Amino acid sequence: MEKYIFFFLSGLAVFSALMVLISRKPVHSVLYLILCFFAIAGHYILLNAQFLAVVHIIVYAGAIMVLFLFTLMMLNLNIVGEVRKSVLARVAAVIAGGLLLVTLVAALKGLNLSTSLSANTQIGMTSNIGKVLFNEYMFPFEAASILFLSAMVGAVMIGKKEEEEEMTNVQMTNDK
Amino acid sequence: MVDTIQLMPISYYLSLCSLLFAIGVVGVLIKRNALVIFMSIELMLNSINLLLAAFSVYHNNAAGQILVIFIMVVAAAEVAAGLSILVVTYRKNNSIDMNLLNQLKG
Amino acid sequence: MNTLVALVPILPLLSFIVLGLNFKRLPKVVTSLMACGSVLVSFVLAVVLFFHVKEAGTAVNVTLFEWLPTASSSMGFSFVVDPISSLMILIVTGVGFLIHVYSIGYMFNDEGFNRFFAYMNLFVFSMLVLVLGSNYLMMFIGWEGVGLCSYLLIGFWFKNHDYNNAAKKAFIMNRIGDLGFLLGMFVLYYQFGSLDYQTVFAKATLLESGNMTLTIATMLLFVGAIGKSAQIPLFTWLPDAMAGPTPVSALIHAATMVTAGVYMVVRSQALFVLAPTTLMVIAIVGIITALFAATIAIFQNDIKKVLAYSTVSQLGYMFVGLGMGAFTGAMFHLTTHAFFKALLFLAAGSVIHAMSGEQDIRKMGGLRKAVPITWLVFLIGTIAISGIPPFSGFFSKDEILLHAFEHNKIIWVLGIVGSLMTAFYMFRLFFLTFAGTFRGSDTQKHHLHESPKSMTVPLAILAILSVFGGLINIPGVFGGSSELHMFLSPMYSAGKEVIVEVSHSTEILLMIIAVLGAIAMIAFAWFRFVKMAAIPISNDAKRPLFTNLLYHKYYIDEVYAFLIEKPMLWLSGILHWFDVQIVDRAVNSLGNSILWLGTKARPLQTGNIGFYMIVMVLSIVAFMVFGLMI
Repeated sequence: MEKYIFFFLSGLAVFSALMVLISRKPVHSVLYLILCFFAIAGHYILLNAQFLAVVHIIVYAGAIMVLFLFTLMMLNLNIVGEVRKSVLARVAAVIAGGLLLVTLVAALKGLNLSTSLSANTQIGMTSNIGKVLFNEYMFPFEAASILFLSAMVGAVMIGKKEEEEEMTNVQMTNDK
Repeated sequence: MVDTIQLMPISYYLSLCSLLFAIGVVGVLIKRNALVIFMSIELMLNSINLLLAAFSVYHNNAAGQILVIFIMVVAAAEVAAGLSILVVTYRKNNSIDMNLLNQLKG
Repeated sequence: MNTLVALVPILPLLSFIVLGLNFKRLPKVVTSLMACGSVLVSFVLAVVLFFHVKEAGTAVNVTLFEWLPTASSSMGFSFVVDPISSLMILIVTGVGFLIHVYSIGYMFNDEGFNRFFAYMNLFVFSMLVLVLGSNYLMMFIGWEGVGLCSYLLIGFWFKNHDYNNAAKKAFIMNRIGDLGFLLGMFVLYYQFGSLDYQTVFAKATLLESGNMTLTIATMLLFVGAIGKSAQIPLFTWLPDAMAGPTPVSALIHAATMVTAGVYMVVRSQALFVLAPTTLMVIAIVGIITALFAATIAIFQNDIKKVLAYSTVSQLGYMFVGLGMGAFTGAMFHLTTHAFFKALLFLAAGSVIHAMSGEQDIRKMGGLRKAVPITWLVFLIGTIAISGIPPFSGFFSKDEILLHAFEHNKIIWVLGIVGSLMTAFYMFRLFFLTFAGTFRGSDTQKHHLHESPKSMTVPLAILAILSVFGGLINIPGVFGGSSELHMFLSPMYSAGKEVIVEVSHSTEILLMIIAVLGAIAMIAFAWFRFVKMAAIPISNDAKRPLFTNLLYHKYYIDEVYAFLIEKPMLWLSGILHWFDVQIVDRAVNSLGNSILWLGTKARPLQTGNIGFYMIVMVLSIVAFMVFGLMI
């Protein structure tokens, strides 16, 4: 049973990932990526990592991808459409990616992995994760929160219009 | 709630994640749209996340899943900063074409 | 007594420092008082020291501090006051003081008044270090110091480019001599392991006469003297040095600095008597210089140039005396020459002052009425230098000629000829300046005036010294006891003193020959320039061949330019070419090649982020492949 679900989810993930690249419109890419993320969330559930699955959906599908869509709409980028790279560049890119895949597989194949097919799967439960997180990883957790804060401030700072720019804009409108 | 689950061999996960990662890399390389490049990067991060979670389960060690959470945090921060840079770039060039970002030229 | 010795050079130094630091602010009165006062106090101290040495008969050694201690010996920053240095400090501070006083009047309206006195004090300090130093290193410090001051003072009016060139010329020519002096010091140190006079002389007396090392050392030292004392072939700087203010010419280029070479040879008498070859060379160089300069002086028309060549000629006489072993005679002539040549220069300065800066004697004449005091003192100086008894020049020159007669008749004859020429050109100068009618412009004539008291009083004192200076060493033939000789004789290394044994009748005969010849030459000069009222022709006029040669100073400067300057410039040109074409090119092409490499490598940095990323991915692949292969 799990085997079929695994292959179905894998196929869905790979397909939607490919479609992210293939689709011409950015909006379609975003939507396919969300689909891909859902497939990955399915994988998490399959691994009995329920907390991760939920967080994944909330953070990625809910927050990040919405942010992408929001940017897309705000900048009205969909109309700009796709400026594609030259054929040569694309071929080179695909070859490079393919080479990476081949070497990755070749590298991982050499690993001698003891595969236990059944395992205690309670570690992915929310309570368990919470205990580990707040006992052993307290400091990184707090650090991550500071990182978040700084990222927020940074985003505001970068995205903010420069004051001179504003001034000139105001002047220009006044002139008009 | 089941106590034990039937697990796929770890090599399956390895293959899947390698494939997703490679697709992400190719996406970064062939796209000129900065937004799509960002998405490809997210794809790569997710493939890593999945692999970490898989190993965490296989090794019966919660640390891997904790790491996934941190990666998500970093990814979210990265997207927030990255997208604001994107907005600034757009405001400046009226485009988010990566080829216009050639100010690093020597 | 020790403190007094140290104070003698330190006072002018202090005055120099104060003046040098404040030369734009101090009022002229303060400057004059300080500059002259410090030298005056030094002079008083020098007198005290002189009599102390005369009474006690021993030298006073003062070591201020150990300067260069080495394993085998130690070079102290030390002074020695013995007969010869006490005599020298008397001359330096005494004549120096008079010239300082004179300078107050002469330089009063010059904007560089304070700077002038600062330099003069520095010069007095350097000269005192030179003569007081108790080893060759100290002498070298002073030697260089006076060279520097000479440079600074020749180029005192530095806005005139020619003056600057004259200063450079003097400095460079001195450097050539200084190099010889330095090498001589090295040889001495190599041979004796010390530069201290006492040690060196004590060890030198153990060597036999004609020792090769000593000959080399003394030759090199003499090269230094050639440069400093303006002998052939390094004499051309001295006439050009007349670019400086006249008191400078009097103090540095007549009375003191140029005699440093003579002083050095007398000081090193113990070495030189052991090197007969060097003494012969000194005598030959001296007599050639004396004649050479005298012949040039006959045809010069610049009042200071005539005196300058006369100085060169008289220095030549001193070296003849040294070469003939008449060390006392040379010192004697040095002393009297300091008096009468300083007098002549200062009197010439007074004339120039009266003539509003005019130096050409063809435009003078008949100045006797206008400047009577100057006329009188100039006459005294001229008689003294011409060797008419009982003026001072007669005695000192006579002593040198006597030694020459004793040792080498040829040099004696040449010496007599030179002294006759001296009488002629000096009286030519005198008559052209003071006799006849005034030949200058009306404005100059209107402006003619006697100099102020501060100038005439030193002139008077120097005139008195020029008249009676000879009395310090009256030879036995006139009932004297050669006091200077007695005073200096402890200096000479035992048994090496050259004693002249000539009968009194011969001595008197020689004197009569010299004096009669001089009087004849004076008469000739009178006949030609007063009776016939001949005036030297203008610069561009055609001259007979020989006269032309003399007028242009034997074309020495031109010969030097051709023989030394041209090849040097040619060599410099080649080296310059080498530097620009080879060295610079090598360096530049190295830089250019890096630049070229950079331009070629630049396209690698396309600035295209996509390109960077693909390179990054491929690099990762390459690393992984590499890792797999291991």
